[in-house]
Amino acid sequence: MQERAQLLLEIADDELILGWRDSEWTGIAPFLEEDVAFSSIAQNEVGHARALYELAARDLGTTADELAFDRTPEEYRCAQLVELRLPGWEHTIARHVLYEQADAERLERLKASDDAEVAGLAAKIDREEVYHRLHAEMWLERLKDEPRFTAALDELRPLAEAVLDPSLRDGHTPELAELWDEMTSVRRSQPAGTTW
Amino acid sequence: MVTAEQVWQALAEVADPEIPVISVVDLGVVRDVRVEEQRVHVEFTPTFLGCPALEVMRAQMAERIAELGAEAEVEVVLDDSWSTDRITPRGREKLRAAGFAPPAPREAAAPKLVQLQANGFRCPYCGSRDTALENLFGPTPCRSLRYCRDCRQPFEQFKTI
Repeated sequence: MQERAQLLLEIADDELILGWRDSEWTGIAPFLEEDVAFSSIAQNEVGHARALYELAARDLGTTADELAFDRTPEEYRCAQLVELRLPGWEHTIARHVLYEQADAERLERLKASDDAEVAGLAAKIDREEVYHRLHAEMWLERLKDEPRFTAALDELRPLAEAVLDPSLRDGHTPELAELWDEMTSVRRSQPAGTTW
Repeated sequence: MVTAEQVWQALAEVADPEIPVISVVDLGVVRDVRVEEQRVHVEFTPTFLGCPALEVMRAQMAERIAELGAEAEVEVVLDDSWSTDRITPRGREKLRAAGFAPPAPREAAAPKLVQLQANGFRCPYCGSRDTALENLFGPTPCRSLRYCRDCRQPFEQFKTI
């Protein structure tokens, strides 16, 4: 596969899968503000995934939807950090903090790219990610001395390296296949009258 | 033959489906209009990438152009050329009048939490600057929630991006 398309897919898959995991807090977050926050963050991440898939789809002669939903779980290139189903709030916040830190660094590199399309899209995404980082920063400040939170941070930290270094991405957790099954179920069912 | 000016006028009647007080032109998302014979090419920059209004705006722009008897080509430009600074003064006033505090001008550096938590953001209802950040996120990706301590009214603050 072309190098640029591969890079775009790695990031798009991270954002799509994390967006799905974040959306799992819709309706059940510990309080209303966080219900709204995680729903909104999820919407942004899926939006970033779509834009990245569109650029990759042009290189690969396919469509964003086909890239997002028609591959097998093994073909996704996301990091394991985003795949995990984390029902504990401390783990969700720990992942949020770790992912946003890594993503900020990744976006800085992409904004400096020689490829004007990649650099332009990264700068666009980064404008929105500022608010995700502020949210993560607020929670880090609030929980930084809580032992349950620091333990979750220590537990997940080794997985964050693969966000920045895709060469460390080695296979997937069983949780990705479970999420994929749910995420693609409507598309695979081909309801009557649909044309995708 | 349709002119670029007629197209701009038609697009000025296409409302943002989520904030119908403002048009796509006042929102600053129409970057360019080019007319070649019966074909109209529009460059459209998304606001927030995950905004579900984008597809609706795109379809409505194409529809309005078709009503002028031209064939529309709405290109979505995925670059960094849109920021909230592109909202026109008229658009900002319309937002304020409808109870959405318009975005603060974008500074060289990205917004900081301490700035957003500080006073200084004006309540769209009473004009007071004694307002507090309630939530960085709101009902759509483009909005935060603030609270006015003077008129005791919560309000939606357009995020600066």
